[in-house]
Amino acid sequence: MILAQQLILGLLVGGLYGLAAAGLSLTFGVLRVLNVAHGELLMLGGYGTFWMFTLWQIDPFVSLLGVAPAMFLLGMLLYWALFQFVVKAHEETRIKNSLLIGFGLTLVLHALAIRFWTADERAVTTAYSGAVLRVGGLAVPWLRLTSLLFAFAILAALHLFLAKARWGRAIRATAEDWEAAALMGIPVGKTYLLAFALGSALAGIAGGLVSVSYAISPSIGLEWTLKALVVIVLAGLGSLFGSFAGGIILGLAEAMSVVFLGGPYREVVGLILFLIVLVVRPQGLFGARA
Amino acid sequence: MKSLVAGMFFIAAFASLPFITTRNDLLNLGVQIFLAIVLAQSWNLLGGYAGQINLGHAAFFGLGALVTRTLWVGGTPVILALLPGALVAMLFGLIIGVPAFRLRGAYFAIGTLGLAEILRITVGNLMPQISTIPAKELASYNILPRYYLTLGMAILCVVLVALLMPSRVGLGIRAVREDEAAAEATGVSALPHKLLALALSTALSGLAGGAFAYYHVSYYPQHTFSPAWTFDAVLMAYIGGVGTVHGPVLGALFYVILRELLAVKLVEFHLIIFGILFIFVVLFLPGGLVEAWRRIRRMIARST
Repeated sequence: MILAQQLILGLLVGGLYGLAAAGLSLTFGVLRVLNVAHGELLMLGGYGTFWMFTLWQIDPFVSLLGVAPAMFLLGMLLYWALFQFVVKAHEETRIKNSLLIGFGLTLVLHALAIRFWTADERAVTTAYSGAVLRVGGLAVPWLRLTSLLFAFAILAALHLFLAKARWGRAIRATAEDWEAAALMGIPVGKTYLLAFALGSALAGIAGGLVSVSYAISPSIGLEWTLKALVVIVLAGLGSLFGSFAGGIILGLAEAMSVVFLGGPYREVVGLILFLIVLVVRPQGLFGARA
Repeated sequence: MKSLVAGMFFIAAFASLPFITTRNDLLNLGVQIFLAIVLAQSWNLLGGYAGQINLGHAAFFGLGALVTRTLWVGGTPVILALLPGALVAMLFGLIIGVPAFRLRGAYFAIGTLGLAEILRITVGNLMPQISTIPAKELASYNILPRYYLTLGMAILCVVLVALLMPSRVGLGIRAVREDEAAAEATGVSALPHKLLALALSTALSGLAGGAFAYYHVSYYPQHTFSPAWTFDAVLMAYIGGVGTVHGPVLGALFYVILRELLAVKLVEFHLIIFGILFIFVVLFLPGGLVEAWRRIRRMIARST
Protein backbone atom coordinates (compact mmCIF):
# COMPACT_ATOMS: atom_id res chain seq x y z
CA MET A 1 0.00 0.00 0.00
CA ILE A 2 2.79 2.39 0.90
CA LEU A 3 4.53 1.41 -2.32
CA ALA A 4 1.38 2.05 -4.38
CA GLN A 5 0.89 5.42 -2.73
CA GLN A 6 4.52 6.40 -3.33
CA LEU A 7 4.32 5.25 -6.93
CA ILE A 8 1.31 7.51 -7.49
CA LEU A 9 3.20 10.47 -6.07
CA GLY A 10 6.22 9.53 -8.20
CA LEU A 11 4.07 9.41 -11.31
CA LEU A 12 2.65 12.84 -10.52
CA VAL A 13 6.01 14.52 -9.94
CA GLY A 14 7.43 12.68 -12.96
CA GLY A 15 5.23 14.72 -15.30
CA LEU A 16 6.97 17.87 -14.09
CA TYR A 17 10.39 16.28 -14.56
CA GLY A 18 9.30 15.54 -18.09
CA LEU A 19 8.18 19.13 -18.68
CA ALA A 20 11.45 20.50 -17.29
CA ALA A 21 13.42 18.09 -19.48
CA ALA A 22 11.38 18.89 -22.60
CA GLY A 23 12.48 22.53 -22.49
CA LEU A 24 16.12 21.64 -22.03
CA SER A 25 15.94 18.97 -24.71
CA LEU A 26 14.40 21.46 -27.14
CA THR A 27 17.22 24.00 -26.75
CA PHE A 28 19.92 21.33 -26.73
CA GLY A 29 18.46 19.51 -29.70
CA VAL A 30 18.04 22.63 -31.84
CA LEU A 31 20.90 24.93 -30.84
CA ARG A 32 23.36 22.25 -29.67
CA VAL A 33 23.76 24.48 -26.65
CA LEU A 34 23.52 23.04 -23.17
CA ASN A 35 22.03 25.62 -20.85
CA VAL A 36 22.82 24.48 -17.31
CA ALA A 37 20.88 27.50 -16.02
CA HIS A 38 17.63 25.80 -17.11
CA GLY A 39 16.79 25.02 -13.49
CA GLU A 40 17.28 28.67 -12.56
CA LEU A 41 14.83 29.69 -15.28
CA LEU A 42 12.40 27.21 -13.75
CA MET A 43 13.02 28.81 -10.36
CA LEU A 44 12.22 32.26 -11.79
CA GLY A 45 8.96 30.96 -13.27
CA GLY A 46 8.08 29.56 -9.85
CA TYR A 47 8.62 32.94 -8.24
CA GLY A 48 6.51 34.56 -10.97
CA THR A 49 3.55 32.39 -10.03
CA PHE A 50 4.22 32.77 -6.34
CA TRP A 51 4.30 36.59 -6.42
CA MET A 52 1.28 36.91 -8.71
CA PHE A 53 -0.65 34.78 -6.25
CA THR A 54 0.69 36.48 -3.12
CA LEU A 55 0.43 40.09 -4.28
CA TRP A 56 -2.67 40.00 -6.48
CA GLN A 57 -4.37 36.72 -5.51
CA ILE A 58 -4.17 35.47 -9.10
CA ASP A 59 -4.96 31.78 -9.35
CA PRO A 60 -1.69 29.91 -10.00
CA PHE A 61 -2.98 28.17 -13.11
CA VAL A 62 -4.18 31.50 -14.52
CA SER A 63 -0.88 33.12 -13.61
CA LEU A 64 0.87 30.83 -16.10
CA LEU A 65 -0.72 32.99 -18.81
CA GLY A 66 1.53 35.77 -17.56
CA VAL A 67 4.53 33.69 -16.55
CA ALA A 68 4.93 31.87 -19.87
CA PRO A 69 5.14 35.01 -22.06
CA ALA A 70 7.37 36.74 -19.52
CA MET A 71 9.78 33.80 -19.51
CA PHE A 72 9.56 33.68 -23.31
CA LEU A 73 10.73 37.29 -23.40
CA LEU A 74 13.47 36.60 -20.87
CA GLY A 75 14.61 33.70 -23.04
CA MET A 76 14.77 36.02 -26.07
CA LEU A 77 16.79 38.50 -24.03
CA LEU A 78 19.23 35.85 -22.82
CA TYR A 79 19.67 34.51 -26.32
CA TRP A 80 20.20 37.96 -27.71
CA ALA A 81 22.61 39.04 -24.97
CA LEU A 82 24.56 35.82 -24.44
CA PHE A 83 23.84 32.66 -26.37
CA GLN A 84 23.82 34.14 -29.87
CA PHE A 85 27.57 34.62 -29.47
CA VAL A 86 27.98 30.97 -28.56
CA VAL A 87 26.10 29.40 -31.48
CA LYS A 88 28.53 30.88 -34.00
CA ALA A 89 31.30 28.55 -32.83
CA HIS A 90 31.69 24.96 -34.01
CA GLU A 91 30.24 22.00 -32.12
CA GLU A 92 32.94 21.39 -29.42
CA THR A 93 33.42 25.04 -28.51
CA ARG A 94 29.70 25.64 -28.69
CA ILE A 95 28.93 23.06 -26.03
CA LYS A 96 31.90 24.08 -23.90
CA ASN A 97 31.14 27.81 -23.95
CA SER A 98 27.43 27.28 -23.43
CA LEU A 99 28.21 25.19 -20.34
CA LEU A 100 30.38 27.98 -18.98
CA ILE A 101 27.89 30.76 -19.77
CA GLY A 102 25.06 28.74 -18.28
CA PHE A 103 27.19 28.09 -15.24
CA GLY A 104 27.87 31.80 -14.77
CA LEU A 105 24.18 32.49 -15.27
CA THR A 106 23.19 30.02 -12.53
CA LEU A 107 25.48 31.89 -10.17
CA VAL A 108 24.05 35.31 -11.01
CA LEU A 109 20.38 34.28 -11.01
CA HIS A 110 20.77 32.34 -7.77
CA ALA A 111 22.49 35.26 -6.03
CA LEU A 112 19.92 37.75 -7.36
CA ALA A 113 17.03 35.57 -6.19
CA ILE A 114 18.49 35.36 -2.68
CA ARG A 115 19.03 39.11 -2.66
CA PHE A 116 15.51 40.03 -3.72
CA TRP A 117 13.44 37.21 -2.30
CA THR A 118 15.62 35.82 0.57
CA ALA A 119 16.66 32.17 0.80
CA ASP A 120 13.34 31.09 2.37
CA GLU A 121 11.37 28.22 0.92
CA ARG A 122 8.00 29.29 -0.45
CA ALA A 123 4.92 27.66 -1.85
CA VAL A 124 1.57 28.77 -3.20
CA THR A 125 -1.25 27.67 -0.91
CA THR A 126 -4.67 28.05 -2.50
CA ALA A 127 -8.10 27.36 -1.03
CA TYR A 128 -8.16 24.04 -2.88
CA SER A 129 -4.57 23.02 -2.06
CA GLY A 130 -5.46 20.28 0.38
CA ALA A 131 -8.11 18.59 -1.77
CA VAL A 132 -7.54 14.90 -2.31
CA LEU A 133 -9.09 12.38 -4.66
CA ARG A 134 -9.64 9.05 -2.93
CA VAL A 135 -9.25 5.94 -5.05
CA GLY A 136 -9.63 2.81 -2.99
CA GLY A 137 -7.32 3.40 -0.04
CA LEU A 138 -5.04 5.69 -2.00
CA ALA A 139 -4.89 9.46 -1.91
CA VAL A 140 -4.29 11.45 -5.09
CA PRO A 141 -3.76 15.18 -4.45
CA TRP A 142 -5.97 17.05 -6.92
CA LEU A 143 -3.46 19.81 -7.40
CA ARG A 144 -0.66 17.48 -8.44
CA LEU A 145 -2.99 15.54 -10.71
CA THR A 146 -4.06 18.79 -12.38
CA SER A 147 -0.40 19.80 -12.74
CA LEU A 148 0.40 16.50 -14.41
CA LEU A 149 -2.47 16.87 -16.88
CA PHE A 150 -1.45 20.46 -17.48
CA ALA A 151 2.12 19.43 -18.22
CA PHE A 152 0.88 16.81 -20.65
CA ALA A 153 -1.43 19.30 -22.38
CA ILE A 154 1.40 21.81 -22.80
CA LEU A 155 3.64 19.17 -24.37
CA ALA A 156 0.83 18.04 -26.67
CA ALA A 157 0.30 21.64 -27.82
CA LEU A 158 4.02 22.06 -28.40
CA HIS A 159 4.10 18.79 -30.31
CA LEU A 160 1.34 20.05 -32.61
CA PHE A 161 3.19 23.31 -33.10
CA LEU A 162 6.41 21.53 -34.05
CA ALA A 163 4.60 19.12 -36.35
CA LYS A 164 2.27 21.49 -38.17
CA ALA A 165 3.16 25.15 -37.86
CA ARG A 166 5.54 26.82 -40.30
CA TRP A 167 7.93 27.95 -37.56
CA GLY A 168 7.65 24.60 -35.82
CA ARG A 169 8.81 22.84 -38.95
CA ALA A 170 11.63 25.38 -39.27
CA ILE A 171 12.73 24.41 -35.77
CA ARG A 172 12.74 20.70 -36.62
CA ALA A 173 14.59 21.25 -39.88
CA THR A 174 17.25 23.32 -38.09
CA ALA A 175 17.66 20.65 -35.46
CA GLU A 176 18.12 18.05 -38.19
CA ASP A 177 20.76 19.95 -40.15
CA TRP A 178 21.16 23.69 -39.78
CA GLU A 179 23.27 24.12 -42.89
CA ALA A 180 20.72 22.42 -45.11
CA ALA A 181 17.99 24.42 -43.37
CA ALA A 182 19.84 27.65 -44.08
CA LEU A 183 20.18 26.67 -47.74
CA MET A 184 16.43 26.07 -47.90
CA GLY A 185 15.91 29.68 -46.86
CA ILE A 186 15.11 29.13 -43.20
CA PRO A 187 16.37 32.05 -41.10
CA VAL A 188 18.47 29.96 -38.73
CA GLY A 189 19.24 32.81 -36.33
CA LYS A 190 15.56 33.54 -35.75
CA THR A 191 14.80 29.85 -35.40
CA TYR A 192 17.44 29.56 -32.69
CA LEU A 193 15.98 32.58 -30.93
CA LEU A 194 12.50 31.05 -31.06
CA ALA A 195 13.66 27.63 -29.83
CA PHE A 196 15.59 29.14 -26.94
CA ALA A 197 12.67 31.36 -25.92
CA LEU A 198 10.29 28.39 -26.09
CA GLY A 199 12.63 26.36 -23.90
CA SER A 200 12.71 29.20 -21.40
CA ALA A 201 8.90 29.49 -21.42
CA LEU A 202 8.61 25.73 -20.81
CA ALA A 203 10.98 26.07 -17.84
CA GLY A 204 8.84 28.94 -16.54
CA ILE A 205 5.61 26.93 -16.81
CA ALA A 206 7.25 23.97 -15.09
CA GLY A 207 8.40 26.32 -12.32
CA GLY A 208 4.90 27.71 -11.87
CA LEU A 209 3.53 24.18 -11.49
CA VAL A 210 6.33 23.32 -9.04
CA SER A 211 5.48 26.30 -6.84
CA VAL A 212 1.85 25.13 -6.59
CA SER A 213 2.35 21.45 -5.86
CA TYR A 214 5.75 21.51 -4.19
CA ALA A 215 7.98 24.36 -2.99
CA ILE A 216 10.49 26.78 -4.44
CA SER A 217 13.58 28.54 -3.12
CA PRO A 218 16.50 30.26 -4.84
CA SER A 219 18.61 27.11 -4.62
CA ILE A 220 16.28 24.62 -6.37
CA GLY A 221 17.86 25.43 -9.73
CA LEU A 222 20.74 22.95 -9.71
CA GLU A 223 18.48 20.15 -8.53
CA TRP A 224 16.02 20.70 -11.40
CA THR A 225 18.76 21.09 -13.98
CA LEU A 226 20.14 17.73 -12.89
CA LYS A 227 16.69 16.12 -13.01
CA ALA A 228 16.21 17.41 -16.54
CA LEU A 229 19.66 16.17 -17.58
CA VAL A 230 19.01 12.73 -16.08
CA VAL A 231 15.71 12.49 -17.97
CA ILE A 232 17.39 13.48 -21.24
CA VAL A 233 20.11 10.89 -20.76
CA LEU A 234 17.50 8.23 -19.98
CA ALA A 235 15.09 9.12 -22.74
CA GLY A 236 17.32 10.48 -25.45
CA LEU A 237 16.81 13.66 -27.42
CA GLY A 238 14.32 14.73 -29.97
CA SER A 239 10.98 13.49 -28.73
CA LEU A 240 8.80 15.55 -26.41
CA PHE A 241 6.78 12.53 -25.35
CA GLY A 242 10.02 10.65 -24.83
CA SER A 243 10.99 13.32 -22.31
CA PHE A 244 7.60 13.03 -20.67
CA ALA A 245 7.93 9.25 -20.38
CA GLY A 246 11.52 9.60 -19.15
CA GLY A 247 10.35 12.03 -16.49
CA ILE A 248 7.73 9.59 -15.29
CA ILE A 249 10.28 6.76 -15.17
CA LEU A 250 12.54 8.96 -13.03
CA GLY A 251 9.60 9.86 -10.77
CA LEU A 252 8.74 6.19 -10.29
CA ALA A 253 12.38 5.24 -9.65
CA GLU A 254 12.58 7.93 -6.98
CA ALA A 255 9.36 6.71 -5.41
CA MET A 256 10.74 3.18 -5.13
CA SER A 257 13.92 4.53 -3.57
CA VAL A 258 11.87 6.36 -0.95
CA VAL A 259 10.19 3.09 0.01
CA PHE A 260 13.27 0.89 -0.05
CA LEU A 261 16.12 3.25 0.89
CA GLY A 262 14.40 6.09 2.71
CA GLY A 263 13.51 9.66 1.80
CA PRO A 264 16.93 11.32 1.99
CA TYR A 265 18.29 9.27 -0.92
CA ARG A 266 15.54 10.29 -3.32
CA GLU A 267 17.75 12.87 -5.03
CA VAL A 268 20.65 10.46 -5.36
CA VAL A 269 18.82 7.71 -7.25
CA GLY A 270 18.39 9.62 -10.48
CA LEU A 271 22.00 10.70 -10.47
CA ILE A 272 23.23 7.17 -9.88
CA LEU A 273 20.99 5.97 -12.69
CA PHE A 274 22.60 8.63 -14.83
CA LEU A 275 26.13 7.56 -13.92
CA ILE A 276 25.29 3.92 -14.62
CA VAL A 277 23.92 4.79 -18.05
CA LEU A 278 27.03 6.87 -18.67
CA VAL A 279 29.36 4.03 -17.75
CA VAL A 280 27.45 1.10 -19.20
CA ARG A 281 25.54 2.31 -22.21
CA PRO A 282 26.31 5.79 -23.38
CA GLN A 283 25.74 4.93 -27.07
CA GLY A 284 22.59 6.21 -28.67
CA LEU A 285 21.89 8.65 -25.88
CA PHE A 286 22.69 12.28 -25.76
CA GLY A 287 25.53 13.67 -27.78
CA ALA A 288 25.41 10.65 -30.04
CA ARG A 289 24.19 12.67 -32.99
CA ALA A 290 27.21 14.92 -32.88
CA MET B 1 62.98 34.83 -16.70
CA LYS B 2 61.07 37.91 -15.62
CA SER B 3 58.20 35.77 -14.39
CA LEU B 4 60.67 33.60 -12.47
CA VAL B 5 62.02 36.68 -10.66
CA ALA B 6 58.50 37.91 -9.97
CA GLY B 7 57.55 34.46 -8.69
CA MET B 8 60.54 34.32 -6.35
CA PHE B 9 59.70 37.79 -5.08
CA PHE B 10 56.11 36.79 -4.30
CA ILE B 11 57.20 33.58 -2.57
CA ALA B 12 59.76 35.47 -0.46
CA ALA B 13 57.18 38.11 0.43
CA PHE B 14 54.55 35.56 1.47
CA ALA B 15 57.07 33.38 3.31
CA SER B 16 58.32 36.31 5.39
CA LEU B 17 54.85 37.71 6.16
CA PRO B 18 54.56 35.84 9.51
CA PHE B 19 57.84 37.45 10.63
CA ILE B 20 56.56 40.93 9.87
CA THR B 21 53.11 40.64 11.38
CA THR B 22 51.37 38.36 13.83
CA ARG B 23 47.93 39.63 12.88
CA ASN B 24 45.81 36.56 12.56
CA ASP B 25 43.40 38.08 10.07
CA LEU B 26 46.21 38.66 7.57
CA LEU B 27 47.60 35.15 8.01
CA ASN B 28 44.12 33.70 7.58
CA LEU B 29 43.69 35.73 4.43
CA GLY B 30 46.98 34.24 3.26
CA VAL B 31 45.72 30.70 3.84
CA GLN B 32 42.57 31.50 1.86
CA ILE B 33 44.60 32.91 -1.01
CA PHE B 34 46.89 29.85 -1.12
CA LEU B 35 43.97 27.43 -1.05
CA ALA B 36 42.30 29.48 -3.79
CA ILE B 37 45.47 29.29 -5.90
CA VAL B 38 45.54 25.48 -5.60
CA LEU B 39 41.83 25.23 -6.44
CA ALA B 40 42.07 27.56 -9.44
CA GLN B 41 45.33 26.12 -10.76
CA SER B 42 44.14 22.52 -10.43
CA TRP B 43 40.93 23.36 -12.31
CA ASN B 44 43.02 25.18 -14.92
CA LEU B 45 45.25 22.15 -15.45
CA LEU B 46 42.28 20.16 -16.71
CA GLY B 47 39.87 22.87 -17.87
CA GLY B 48 42.39 25.29 -19.35
CA TYR B 49 45.18 23.09 -20.71
CA ALA B 50 43.29 19.89 -21.50
CA GLY B 51 40.04 21.65 -22.44
CA GLN B 52 37.77 19.43 -20.32
CA ILE B 53 35.13 21.36 -18.41
CA ASN B 54 34.80 20.05 -14.86
CA LEU B 55 31.62 21.34 -13.21
CA GLY B 56 32.10 19.24 -10.07
CA HIS B 57 35.51 20.25 -8.78
CA ALA B 58 33.96 20.45 -5.30
CA ALA B 59 33.54 16.65 -5.33
CA PHE B 60 37.31 16.16 -5.27
CA PHE B 61 37.95 18.96 -2.82
CA GLY B 62 35.32 17.46 -0.52
CA LEU B 63 36.68 13.91 -0.83
CA GLY B 64 40.17 15.11 0.06
CA ALA B 65 38.79 17.01 3.05
CA LEU B 66 36.70 14.06 4.21
CA VAL B 67 39.50 11.48 4.06
CA THR B 68 42.22 13.72 5.49
CA ARG B 69 40.00 15.00 8.31
CA THR B 70 38.95 11.49 9.30
CA LEU B 71 42.52 10.17 9.35
CA TRP B 72 43.99 13.25 11.03
CA VAL B 73 41.37 13.45 13.78
CA GLY B 74 41.88 9.70 14.19
CA GLY B 75 45.54 10.30 15.08
CA THR B 76 47.46 10.10 11.78
CA PRO B 77 50.06 12.87 11.31
CA VAL B 78 48.62 15.41 8.90
CA ILE B 79 51.39 14.99 6.32
CA LEU B 80 50.54 11.28 6.04
CA ALA B 81 46.81 11.99 6.05
CA LEU B 82 46.98 14.31 3.04
CA LEU B 83 48.15 11.69 0.58
CA PRO B 84 45.23 9.23 0.93
CA GLY B 85 42.86 12.19 0.53
CA ALA B 86 44.47 13.10 -2.77
CA LEU B 87 44.42 9.47 -3.91
CA VAL B 88 40.74 8.97 -3.15
CA ALA B 89 39.90 12.19 -5.00
CA MET B 90 41.93 10.99 -7.99
CA LEU B 91 40.22 7.59 -7.94
CA PHE B 92 36.76 9.18 -8.13
CA GLY B 93 38.00 11.45 -10.89
CA LEU B 94 39.05 8.44 -12.94
CA ILE B 95 35.71 6.69 -12.32
CA ILE B 96 34.00 9.55 -14.16
CA GLY B 97 36.81 10.26 -16.58
CA VAL B 98 37.45 6.81 -18.02
CA PRO B 99 33.93 6.39 -19.46
CA ALA B 100 33.26 10.09 -20.16
CA PHE B 101 36.48 10.84 -22.03
CA ARG B 102 35.70 8.22 -24.65
CA LEU B 103 32.81 10.43 -25.68
CA ARG B 104 32.73 13.99 -26.86
CA GLY B 105 30.40 16.71 -25.86
CA ALA B 106 28.98 17.38 -22.46
CA TYR B 107 29.27 13.97 -20.79
CA PHE B 108 32.24 14.83 -18.62
CA ALA B 109 30.85 18.18 -17.47
CA ILE B 110 27.50 16.64 -16.56
CA GLY B 111 29.11 13.58 -15.00
CA THR B 112 31.22 15.70 -12.66
CA LEU B 113 28.28 17.97 -11.87
CA GLY B 114 26.23 14.88 -10.97
CA LEU B 115 29.03 13.28 -8.94
CA ALA B 116 29.43 16.39 -6.79
CA GLU B 117 25.71 16.45 -6.03
CA ILE B 118 25.56 12.72 -5.22
CA LEU B 119 28.44 13.08 -2.78
CA ARG B 120 27.10 16.29 -1.26
CA ILE B 121 23.69 14.74 -0.55
CA THR B 122 25.07 11.41 0.65
CA VAL B 123 27.66 12.96 2.96
CA GLY B 124 25.00 15.32 4.30
CA ASN B 125 22.78 12.33 5.10
CA LEU B 126 25.45 10.11 6.60
CA MET B 127 27.31 12.80 8.55
CA PRO B 128 24.84 15.45 9.64
CA GLN B 129 26.93 16.44 12.67
CA ILE B 130 29.36 19.33 12.60
CA SER B 131 32.99 18.20 12.53
CA THR B 132 35.18 19.87 15.17
CA ILE B 133 38.82 19.11 15.87
CA PRO B 134 39.47 17.40 19.24
CA ALA B 135 39.88 19.62 22.31
CA LYS B 136 43.53 18.55 22.70
CA GLU B 137 44.34 19.80 19.18
CA LEU B 138 42.24 22.89 19.64
CA ALA B 139 44.24 23.99 22.67
CA SER B 140 47.45 23.92 20.67
CA TYR B 141 45.95 25.29 17.44
CA ASN B 142 48.48 27.43 15.65
CA ILE B 143 47.97 29.21 12.34
CA LEU B 144 51.64 29.04 11.29
CA PRO B 145 51.87 25.38 10.21
CA ARG B 146 48.60 25.87 8.26
CA TYR B 147 50.03 28.97 6.65
CA TYR B 148 53.22 27.31 5.50
CA LEU B 149 51.52 24.07 4.49
CA THR B 150 49.09 25.86 2.18
CA LEU B 151 51.83 28.18 0.89
CA GLY B 152 53.96 25.13 0.06
CA MET B 153 51.00 23.50 -1.65
CA ALA B 154 50.34 26.57 -3.78
CA ILE B 155 54.01 26.71 -4.82
CA LEU B 156 54.04 23.00 -5.60
CA CYS B 157 50.92 23.33 -7.70
CA VAL B 158 52.13 26.33 -9.73
CA VAL B 159 55.61 24.85 -10.24
CA LEU B 160 54.13 21.55 -11.34
CA VAL B 161 51.98 23.21 -14.00
CA ALA B 162 54.86 25.49 -15.07
CA LEU B 163 57.20 22.52 -15.55
CA LEU B 164 54.67 20.12 -17.03
CA MET B 165 53.18 22.31 -19.71
CA PRO B 166 56.28 23.09 -21.80
CA SER B 167 57.31 19.42 -21.62
CA ARG B 168 56.53 16.79 -24.23
CA VAL B 169 53.58 15.46 -22.23
CA GLY B 170 52.27 18.99 -21.63
CA LEU B 171 52.42 19.77 -25.33
CA GLY B 172 50.53 16.54 -25.94
CA ILE B 173 47.82 17.61 -23.50
CA ARG B 174 47.42 20.93 -25.28
CA ALA B 175 47.47 19.33 -28.71
CA VAL B 176 44.55 17.12 -27.67
CA ARG B 177 42.63 20.20 -26.54
CA GLU B 178 43.14 21.98 -29.84
CA ASP B 179 42.17 19.14 -32.13
CA GLU B 180 41.78 15.60 -30.94
CA ALA B 181 41.75 14.00 -34.38
CA ALA B 182 44.84 15.89 -35.52
CA ALA B 183 46.66 14.99 -32.31
CA GLU B 184 45.83 11.31 -32.78
CA ALA B 185 47.02 11.50 -36.39
CA THR B 186 50.42 12.81 -35.27
CA GLY B 187 50.82 10.01 -32.76
CA VAL B 188 49.55 11.69 -29.58
CA SER B 189 46.92 9.40 -28.15
CA ALA B 190 44.16 11.46 -26.61
CA LEU B 191 42.78 9.34 -23.80
CA PRO B 192 45.99 8.88 -21.73
CA HIS B 193 46.78 12.60 -21.97
CA LYS B 194 43.31 13.60 -20.84
CA LEU B 195 43.39 11.05 -18.02
CA LEU B 196 46.79 12.27 -16.83
CA ALA B 197 45.55 15.87 -16.67
CA LEU B 198 42.45 14.67 -14.84
CA ALA B 199 44.43 12.59 -12.34
CA LEU B 200 46.76 15.48 -11.48
CA SER B 201 43.93 17.99 -11.33
CA THR B 202 41.72 15.92 -9.02
CA ALA B 203 44.64 14.89 -6.80
CA LEU B 204 45.62 18.55 -6.32
CA SER B 205 42.02 19.46 -5.56
CA GLY B 206 41.97 16.63 -3.00
CA LEU B 207 45.15 18.02 -1.45
CA ALA B 208 43.55 21.45 -1.18
CA GLY B 209 40.57 19.82 0.52
CA GLY B 210 42.90 18.02 2.92
CA ALA B 211 44.62 21.29 3.79
CA PHE B 212 41.21 22.88 4.38
CA ALA B 213 40.34 20.01 6.76
CA TYR B 214 43.57 20.63 8.64
CA TYR B 215 43.02 24.40 8.70
CA HIS B 216 39.34 24.79 9.54
CA VAL B 217 38.40 24.25 13.19
CA SER B 218 34.79 23.22 12.69
CA TYR B 219 32.56 22.82 9.66
CA TYR B 220 29.80 20.57 8.38
CA PRO B 221 31.32 17.77 6.27
CA GLN B 222 28.72 18.57 3.59
CA HIS B 223 30.08 22.10 3.26
CA THR B 224 33.27 20.96 1.52
CA PHE B 225 31.15 19.40 -1.26
CA SER B 226 29.18 22.61 -1.86
CA PRO B 227 28.98 23.79 -5.50
CA ALA B 228 30.48 27.06 -4.25
CA TRP B 229 33.96 25.50 -4.38
CA THR B 230 33.49 24.66 -8.03
CA PHE B 231 32.18 28.14 -8.75
CA ASP B 232 35.21 29.66 -7.05
CA ALA B 233 37.68 27.52 -8.99
CA VAL B 234 36.10 28.18 -12.39
CA LEU B 235 35.65 31.90 -11.77
CA MET B 236 39.22 32.43 -10.60
CA ALA B 237 40.73 30.44 -13.46
CA TYR B 238 38.69 32.26 -16.10
CA ILE B 239 38.90 35.77 -14.70
CA GLY B 240 42.67 35.43 -14.26
CA GLY B 241 43.31 33.80 -17.60
CA VAL B 242 42.59 30.19 -18.37
CA GLY B 243 45.26 28.03 -19.97
CA THR B 244 48.17 30.07 -18.59
CA VAL B 245 50.37 29.45 -15.54
CA HIS B 246 50.05 32.86 -13.92
CA GLY B 247 46.41 33.53 -14.85
CA PRO B 248 44.82 31.42 -12.09
CA VAL B 249 47.27 32.85 -9.54
CA LEU B 250 46.26 36.39 -10.47
CA GLY B 251 42.61 35.33 -10.54
CA ALA B 252 42.88 33.85 -7.05
CA LEU B 253 44.55 36.98 -5.62
CA PHE B 254 42.04 39.26 -7.31
CA TYR B 255 39.04 37.15 -6.33
CA VAL B 256 39.85 36.48 -2.67
CA ILE B 257 40.91 40.04 -1.88
CA LEU B 258 37.97 41.66 -3.68
CA ARG B 259 35.61 39.16 -2.04
CA GLU B 260 36.90 40.12 1.40
CA LEU B 261 36.46 43.80 0.63
CA LEU B 262 32.95 43.35 -0.76
CA ALA B 263 31.82 40.91 1.92
CA VAL B 264 32.19 43.61 4.55
CA LYS B 265 29.56 45.76 2.90
CA LEU B 266 27.45 43.50 0.70
CA VAL B 267 26.87 39.89 1.61
CA GLU B 268 26.41 37.65 -1.46
CA PHE B 269 26.77 40.65 -3.72
CA HIS B 270 30.25 39.65 -4.80
CA LEU B 271 28.80 36.59 -6.54
CA ILE B 272 26.63 38.75 -8.78
CA ILE B 273 29.59 40.94 -9.74
CA PHE B 274 31.92 38.01 -10.31
CA GLY B 275 29.28 36.02 -12.18
CA ILE B 276 28.72 38.86 -14.64
CA LEU B 277 32.45 39.43 -14.99
CA PHE B 278 32.92 35.70 -15.64
CA ILE B 279 30.29 35.61 -18.40
CA PHE B 280 31.85 38.68 -19.96
CA VAL B 281 35.30 37.05 -19.90
CA VAL B 282 34.06 33.80 -21.45
CA LEU B 283 32.30 35.65 -24.27
CA PHE B 284 34.55 38.56 -25.08
CA LEU B 285 37.91 38.16 -23.35
CA PRO B 286 38.76 34.44 -23.27
CA GLY B 287 42.27 35.22 -21.98
CA GLY B 288 41.06 36.96 -18.82
CA LEU B 289 43.13 39.50 -16.91
CA VAL B 290 46.34 38.19 -18.44
CA GLU B 291 45.03 38.91 -21.93
CA ALA B 292 43.66 42.30 -20.87
CA TRP B 293 47.06 43.26 -19.50
CA ARG B 294 48.78 42.14 -22.70
CA ARG B 295 46.41 44.24 -24.80
CA ILE B 296 46.89 47.31 -22.63
CA ARG B 297 50.66 46.99 -22.89
CA ARG B 298 50.48 46.60 -26.64
CA MET B 299 48.30 49.70 -26.88
CA ILE B 300 50.74 51.71 -24.80
CA ALA B 301 53.69 50.44 -26.83
CA ARG B 302 51.95 51.42 -30.05
CA SER B 303 51.04 54.91 -28.91
CA THR B 304 54.58 55.84 -27.81
